[in-house]
Amino acid sequence: MIVKSLDPRIERAALDDESKIGELNVHEHFETYEVFQQVKRGTHHQHVGNVHAPNAEMAILFAKEQYCRRGAAVNLWVVATSNVFVTEYVDADIFETTEDKLYRDPNSYKVMDRINAFKARTSKV
Amino acid sequence: MEFTEKHVEGLKELLYKMADDLLIIGHRNSEWTGLGPMLEEDIAFSSMAQDKIGQSLALFELLHELGESDPDTVAFTRNAPQFHCSQLVELPIGEYDFSMVRHFFFDHAEAIRFEMLSETVFEPLAMVARKFKGEIKYHTMHADIFMKRLAAGGEESFSRMQNSINETFGLALGMFEPGNFEAELIEAGIFGGEAELQQRWLDKVVPLLESFGYIVPKVENTEAAFGGRHGIHTPHLQPLLDEMTEVFSIDPGADW
Repeated sequence: MIVKSLDPRIERAALDDESKIGELNVHEHFETYEVFQQVKRGTHHQHVGNVHAPNAEMAILFAKEQYCRRGAAVNLWVVATSNVFVTEYVDADIFETTEDKLYRDPNSYKVMDRINAFKARTSKV
Repeated sequence: MEFTEKHVEGLKELLYKMADDLLIIGHRNSEWTGLGPMLEEDIAFSSMAQDKIGQSLALFELLHELGESDPDTVAFTRNAPQFHCSQLVELPIGEYDFSMVRHFFFDHAEAIRFEMLSETVFEPLAMVARKFKGEIKYHTMHADIFMKRLAAGGEESFSRMQNSINETFGLALGMFEPGNFEAELIEAGIFGGEAELQQRWLDKVVPLLESFGYIVPKVENTEAAFGGRHGIHTPHLQPLLDEMTEVFSIDPGADW
């Protein structure tokens, strides 16, 4: 039996009840690539998401349409997700810092005062 | 030089066939939306189909400035014999191999046509041609990468693609059917002509396809599918137009 649908695209596709739509086995997916977008030359590339692709060249092709369709990009990087080395969440405590080390935080610099003073001086001229 | 009536007629004929090609292939390719082979490709292919509709709008607007009806009227109220699209673009999407080969053949022709027109003496058209340069570059890049990848995708993949190339080549040559004003367009510096476009297209697509491992049919052994430019179409165009204009026809005067 052919599937009846109000959607003309489904009619055109002539799908039958027996079609194994949606059944995918493990490893039938393409691998994923992480996408990094650069908005302006000279700025950092920023992670914007990922795409499935059979190779890096096609990952770039897909990433352009997934993430840069509305413009605002000058450059793209893609990196196979499997090539990204990650820390374990159980090791998240390595990022903790103790309160008595506040002297290592760059809080006590007075540079803003000097910048503001400079601005005040130059704006008078 | 001053445009004569024939130059303007030729220019309109050129704009109509380009706009119709883009409108129809845009509509056809959008039929893949939701049915693409994978999510990312579904989005990419649909997005390019939308680009084509946008490009056709820009050309219909130029026609409007030259005295033709407004874009909606021109796009949605003509019947098949009044369309100037090539037969290549009106055929159903078939399977992905055919749609991909058509995309490859069509978009390279479009890219070269726009490149030629970026130098046209009719400045508004030159501006349109330059505006879409980047968009079309992505489209041909997409087609090239897919054609290359599917050539190397195993026996079934290669033979499907090769068969589609064989079946589509004559249809693709139909894109270059001469118009009624070729000499006038060339003389006035409006457009370099279909013969030059076809040669430049062959110089581009044949070596590319051969580098991917495909065998390209010979032009001299292939019958070009002419007719579309002069309103002679396959039975597939009218049903497409009926579907495309279904909503518009309910209330042609509706304000959107």
